[in-house]
Amino acid sequence: MGFLKNKSCRQQITDEHRSCQDAGRRAFLKKAVKAAAIGSTAVVAGCQAPGLLGSKEEMALQFQEYFKAHYRLMTEKERDATIIRLERLAKLQKGVDVQISSKGALPGVLYGYGFNVTRCEGYMECVSACVRENNLDRKSNTQYIRIFEMEPGQMAPNAGNGKFFNEVPVDGRFYMGAQCNHCDNAPCIKACPTKATYREPDGIVVVDYDWCIGCRYCMAACPYYGRRFNWNEPVVPANEITRKQHYLGNRQRRRGQMEKCTFCVQRTREGRLPACAEACPTGARIFGNLLDPNSEIRFVLENKKVFRWKEELGTDPKFWYFID
Amino acid sequence: MTQKSSVRQLFGFMTDVARWSLSGGIGYQLFLCLLVVFMMLGVFAYLVQWKLGLTVTHMSDIVSWGFYIANFTFLVGVAAAAVMLILPSYIFKDEHFHHVVIIGEVVAVGALIMSMTFVFVDLGRPLQGWHILPIIGLFNWPSSLLTWDILVLNVYLVLNLSIPAYILYCHYNQREPDPRKYRPFVFISIFWAFGIHLITAFLYEGLPARPFWNNPLMGPRFLASAFAAGPALITVLLAIIHNATTFKIPKQTFNKLRLIIVISAIINLIMLFSEVFKEFYFPTHHSLSAEYLYFGLDGHNSLVPWIWTAVSINIVGTLLLAFNPGKNRPMVLLPACVLLFIGIWIEKGIGLIVPGLVPSPLGEVVSYAPSWVEISIALGVLALGMFVVTILLKPALIIEQRFETNNETV
Ligand code: SF4
Ligand code: SF4
Repeated sequence: MGFLKNKSCRQQITDEHRSCQDAGRRAFLKKAVKAAAIGSTAVVAGCQAPGLLGSKEEMALQFQEYFKAHYRLMTEKERDATIIRLERLAKLQKGVDVQISSKGALPGVLYGYGFNVTRCEGYMECVSACVRENNLDRKSNTQYIRIFEMEPGQMAPNAGNGKFFNEVPVDGRFYMGAQCNHCDNAPCIKACPTKATYREPDGIVVVDYDWCIGCRYCMAACPYYGRRFNWNEPVVPANEITRKQHYLGNRQRRRGQMEKCTFCVQRTREGRLPACAEACPTGARIFGNLLDPNSEIRFVLENKKVFRWKEELGTDPKFWYFID
Repeated sequence: MTQKSSVRQLFGFMTDVARWSLSGGIGYQLFLCLLVVFMMLGVFAYLVQWKLGLTVTHMSDIVSWGFYIANFTFLVGVAAAAVMLILPSYIFKDEHFHHVVIIGEVVAVGALIMSMTFVFVDLGRPLQGWHILPIIGLFNWPSSLLTWDILVLNVYLVLNLSIPAYILYCHYNQREPDPRKYRPFVFISIFWAFGIHLITAFLYEGLPARPFWNNPLMGPRFLASAFAAGPALITVLLAIIHNATTFKIPKQTFNKLRLIIVISAIINLIMLFSEVFKEFYFPTHHSLSAEYLYFGLDGHNSLVPWIWTAVSINIVGTLLLAFNPGKNRPMVLLPACVLLFIGIWIEKGIGLIVPGLVPSPLGEVVSYAPSWVEISIALGVLALGMFVVTILLKPALIIEQRFETNNETV
């Protein structure tokens, strides 16, 4: 684990460096990549009749995408290039203009999440906000967040009822959410044979979608049911696509890739709350920087009765349940 | 020997092997054609899966591994079991096993090819498979047990291809192979056989998220069941070869194999009962998977008939082999082997993988049965394995037989 962290620190420095760079360079690169794409069209043009896999340009872009490296190992230039290709592909395939960010972790930030068991009333606004924000597959009804209706005496989501269709809240019952816990000692990272899933310096456990081979070992390893697999080609209607995206976050996924909650990396690294925390009408969801002594999450950890799910596994989740 | 003539020799060896593997009587040709037909079925089903994604299987976010991985696990065991012939024949110089050791090695190759194909067809993005390769990809070794497994399986495949290839090549040229050249590798391959199956067990054993798998008995049990199922399969195969070809197998070989199977099967049953005891004497929350497997949970009991069939035929097979009521007559021995083999296949395949994943970490219970695509692909992979075994075994046996008759006449 030690060497991983070292690497992430280095990454952080380059990321910071990048984030203050001017956007003009990317615009310039955009043209260059487009030219290159058209150039390499000649290479692949002979292989397939146009129309079968989309236009020639699309094929060329996909051809270049195929050979790209793991996100963590890409140089700044390579990151810019792949983002331009991905944005162009979104335009070609869906006709939408998306902006994909590659903003790195902010320095001195470690994200943590608190879930107020007393407050949650089971409205599930968080679930639908998450689906919209993260462009989750509408076809298979993918959801990162699950809400469970609990009877008194139960205190773990797996004991509750995840399929309630009654009006909420019900007297005498309470509600618990479950989602990826962003374990600090994550079994999914340990299991992944390709390092496609890894921990960012701000503690977010992400999947490099394009590096994932879809073996699903991480899914078997996750004790919190935090991961979702794209069994089919995900479908999101073009007019519902959230366009502000992040390479490690809510950008378009493909069939056969693993995905998961990213603490809305596209929002949180811009200083906003995750969509779920923002959407919650009861204020049951607390999010913030664990390293900032004045953050709300720190207040919760210091003043409330908190607990973590399956503490005995030693996964060290950064997701706490608490009671008012 | 000049270099030129050795090249020519090698070339002659290759062409003869190819000729012998593909030529044969009408029955042999028909058999190969049948296997090709099944392989085509597998290819067709795989194309469907390729086009539509793994959604054509019955796997889901809850049962995220199914029939493919179940078969993979079982077949690694069959591959490892070749060691039960290799060990006595090369180390203890047992002549009865030495006579048939090549068959064990070929079965191992077939089983390995099948198990690796099963992993491959299970991948969501096979085109990106290169991401897992060392150097050009990112090989998460030693952290991920999956990378360990890939490593040991491939090395084992190379060992089990090259040792017999060398020996056969020497026999083809009517000379004795040089033990100094191959014995070190035989030793390695013996350790490796235990390694591949232990590591495959660790793949599951190392997941605290899944209490059903997170069990230190997993590794030893994998070995015991493999050393029962593998030799059972080899026994049946030997009987077929004995009856269908001119390659005759001595009676003693069968008797010794029976002993190996009985001992392993008994150890396997003891461990099974130990597990069952632990789960049901004082059931905890962690016993829900076992309950799901043996009795069904919340009305989901699709596995129940399977596991009870498996346990019963396991016991019947073991008893038949142990008490040997047929006095070594194939009429009794062979069906007993088949029963044992199928019993272990169910128990170590579907009966191991699915309950590990159900109930899900969120406590949800679902049923799982393979879809037609999964079954067709599995049949295709099975046909592929049988095809490989057949075309490797045929020339191997011809060479061995010629070498033996030649040596006798000399
Ligand atoms: S909850 Fe699961 S997916 Fe999330 S970090 Fe932990 S092990 Fe990984
Ligand atoms: S499915 Fe993807 S992220 Fe998960 S273990 Fe396999 S390669 Fe890694």
